[in-house]
Amino acid sequence: MSFYNFAYLDEQTKRMVRRALLKAVAVPGHQVPFGSREMPLPYGWGTGGIQVTASILGRNDVLKVIDQGADDTTNAVSIRRFFARTAGVATTTRTAEASVIQTRHRIPETALREGQIVVYQVPLPEPLSRLEPSRAAASEMHALGDYGLMHVKLYEDIARLGHVSISYDYPVMVNRRYLMAPSPIPAFDNPKLNRSPALHLFGAGREKRIYAVPPYTEVRSLDFEDHPFRLTRAPQSCALCGARTSYLDEIVTDDMGGRMFICSDTDYCAERREKDAAE
Amino acid sequence: MSAEPLLSARSLSVTLGRVVALDGVDIDLWPGEVLGIVGESGSGKTTLLKTLHGAQVPDEGIVHYRDPDGRVHDVHRMPLPVLRALHRSDWGFIFQEPRQALRMGVSAGGNVGERLMAQGARHYGNIREAAINWLGQVEIDAKRVDDLPRTFSGGMLQRLQIARTLVTHPRLVFMDEPTGGLDVSVQARLLDLIRSLVARLHIAVLLVTHDTGVARLLADRILVMQAGRVVETGLTDQVLDDPQEPYTQLLVSSVLQA
Ligand SMILES: Nc1ncnc2c1ncn2[C@@H]1O[C@H](COP(=O)(O)OP(=O)(O)OP(=O)(O)O)[C@@H](O)[C@H]1O
Ligand SMILES: [Mg+2]
Repeated sequence: MSFYNFAYLDEQTKRMVRRALLKAVAVPGHQVPFGSREMPLPYGWGTGGIQVTASILGRNDVLKVIDQGADDTTNAVSIRRFFARTAGVATTTRTAEASVIQTRHRIPETALREGQIVVYQVPLPEPLSRLEPSRAAASEMHALGDYGLMHVKLYEDIARLGHVSISYDYPVMVNRRYLMAPSPIPAFDNPKLNRSPALHLFGAGREKRIYAVPPYTEVRSLDFEDHPFRLTRAPQSCALCGARTSYLDEIVTDDMGGRMFICSDTDYCAERREKDAAE
Repeated sequence: MSAEPLLSARSLSVTLGRVVALDGVDIDLWPGEVLGIVGESGSGKTTLLKTLHGAQVPDEGIVHYRDPDGRVHDVHRMPLPVLRALHRSDWGFIFQEPRQALRMGVSAGGNVGERLMAQGARHYGNIREAAINWLGQVEIDAKRVDDLPRTFSGGMLQRLQIARTLVTHPRLVFMDEPTGGLDVSVQARLLDLIRSLVARLHIAVLLVTHDTGVARLLADRILVMQAGRVVETGLTDQVLDDPQEPYTQLLVSSVLQA
């Protein structure tokens, strides 16, 4: 495939994306516009994340790609293959071995370390979009740090339901300054962002926005003093590896109402089972 | 009255298109004072109010505001974040159309609590308690706290707007025809409510109205506008009972005829 430039994008485009990334790292949680390119796959398949990954990959990187926590879904497999072909980089399913992890919907269960970069595919970068349809008004709220409206949404949830009803893409304050959408990860994963040793980069292709959480940055899920943010997780343990603290997916096993709960992070689950088998 | 005005403006002039909407207006407003701004339609009342709270930039003139710490700000030259912070704490706004001020998709309690949350209140129980307390003060049943405003009558919506505004105890409230569009009995009840709240909380008010009856009920002092100029000013009773200017005489008598 020598007729592709390394990692598909041309060097000019990568430089432009990197400039946006540097700005995003310098202003944690702030959405930076960038000139999103057409990619050889449709929006919704992670074009934002792919452009970020393409712009940061080096020849010695080891790439892991997950979708809903799994390495083996169509989306994950095709993105991984895309970079194996266009950049020739090594790929892995092991969180611990990866230097770059592109993800949709999850943060790996295995603790991240310094030097790792997580790239998120983001469909809706603007956390205020559902409350404030005008982008100009939302930008002004960000500029002034005026986030009372977001708390009104939480207030309404508690008044109506007794608790905050947001279970995915739960809004966070980054570095006590910017309100940020953590992409559609479960609220369960939010605490993994707080003071994480890894670098987290978020790319929204259709909306043409990039933002970042640099290592060791404070990331707080919005809440009230008397209704603190709580982790929610199915009460079961994983049917395959027995994990009690990982995030679970519910799997329908037959057409008779049979179902089971298993780790959504397939690598984490497999590693636990291997360890058990070895003992 | 304290020795320093809360808000003072000098030589305000505004041209809108080809209309001279304000022409050399001076104003001083003292803490706790209700100042009525009256005049016929098109005389520049709304333009004056907007210029005083920073939404309309004057071609000439200056507006000074003294904050609670005694610092004086030039309203048209202060940084936007500071002006916005004023807008949601020390200042309040009550306009004729409550549907534009309220969030119609948010409960009554959420509407009242928004300014508290914008100021950084982060205790749900306290916010809710303040909301219920304020609904009571504007004579809305506490049971309605979780109802959407769309189920409220026009008078209730206006009272909800008042609660939403006063919950942060502003020192200065800008009102533009606060009882316009309501029928007479509803209007009377609302005026009584505004009068008692404003007196009890010692709030200064800039009250724009074309209705000298409303001004008589609420205002300590009155400023009469005609074609962008202040033609007469003084204590409310003095101006309305013994108007000096022919224009003011007309304005007062048209009310008497109504
Ligand atoms: N956006 C604008 N463009 C041009 N002229 C305007 C604009 N807004 C107001 N004017 C003119 O400025 C003058 C003052 O208008 P303003 O709205 O201040 O009057 P008002 O005293 O509040 O009247 P009303 O009692 O009808 O509300 C009027 O002649 C009006 O037509
Ligand atoms: Mg007007």
